[in-house]
Amino acid sequence: MKVSEIVEKLDLKVFSGQKGLDREISGGYVSDLLSDVMGNAQEGEVWITLQVHQNVMAIASLKDLAAVILVNSLEPHENTVRHSDDENIPVLGTNLSTFEIAGKLYQLFNQ
Amino acid sequence: MKLTFTIQGGDFTNAGHPSSEVKKVLKQLVIDGKTIKNIVIALYEAEVNVVAHAWKGTVTVEIDEKKITMLVEDEGPGIPDIALAMQAGYSTASKKVREMGFGAGMGLPNIKKNTDELFIESEVDKGTKVKMINYF
Repeated sequence: MKVSEIVEKLDLKVFSGQKGLDREISGGYVSDLLSDVMGNAQEGEVWITLQVHQNVMAIASLKDLAAVILVNSLEPHENTVRHSDDENIPVLGTNLSTFEIAGKLYQLFNQ
Repeated sequence: MKLTFTIQGGDFTNAGHPSSEVKKVLKQLVIDGKTIKNIVIALYEAEVNVVAHAWKGTVTVEIDEKKITMLVEDEGPGIPDIALAMQAGYSTASKKVREMGFGAGMGLPNIKKNTDELFIESEVDKGTKVKMINYF
């Protein structure tokens, strides 16, 4: 499944990193603790979080994540957007809570 | 091959720069993917520790045919009790740092888990030296 497919099916907003929309997704990871993501997320996963600062992109890039989904209508900081465009890792957004979007992504992934 | 970087305490905008550069170099050297992942995790955590706790620091990375040696030295408050700092969940990070999602007390345990050899020396009010070695 590609990032563009979850954007369409989960009605996600694309803030940045459009060039990475054809990245292949291997799964998902949910956490707001950066060291947890650093230690435990796997390559190709979509990271669901409420953190919006640019260190999110540093981690997404170092871990080769497929995309980041910001929850609760949160918006990325300006330098997060820039970093996302540089790395071609999309930052996406939803007005749903972490619980809801994680549930939907899990369901979509296990269809 | 030797690479050096400087880190400014409190400067979260550049946290991850040395680890990102090292990752690029290792990829060019065709090092095993799992090994690169371990190295990147350990170095990133060590960088963040300097940014979150110290005043300034340097990262010196040496790569030879068999291994990578990463030395992260800082001028900072030091670690009074290293064994305690190694415990998962123990942290002295500020409220601001925690709000960013750092400071969960997972940094040093992550470093330990992802390195083959780890040496930490610290002097209170002087600074900390973290030496990490991974074999290819």
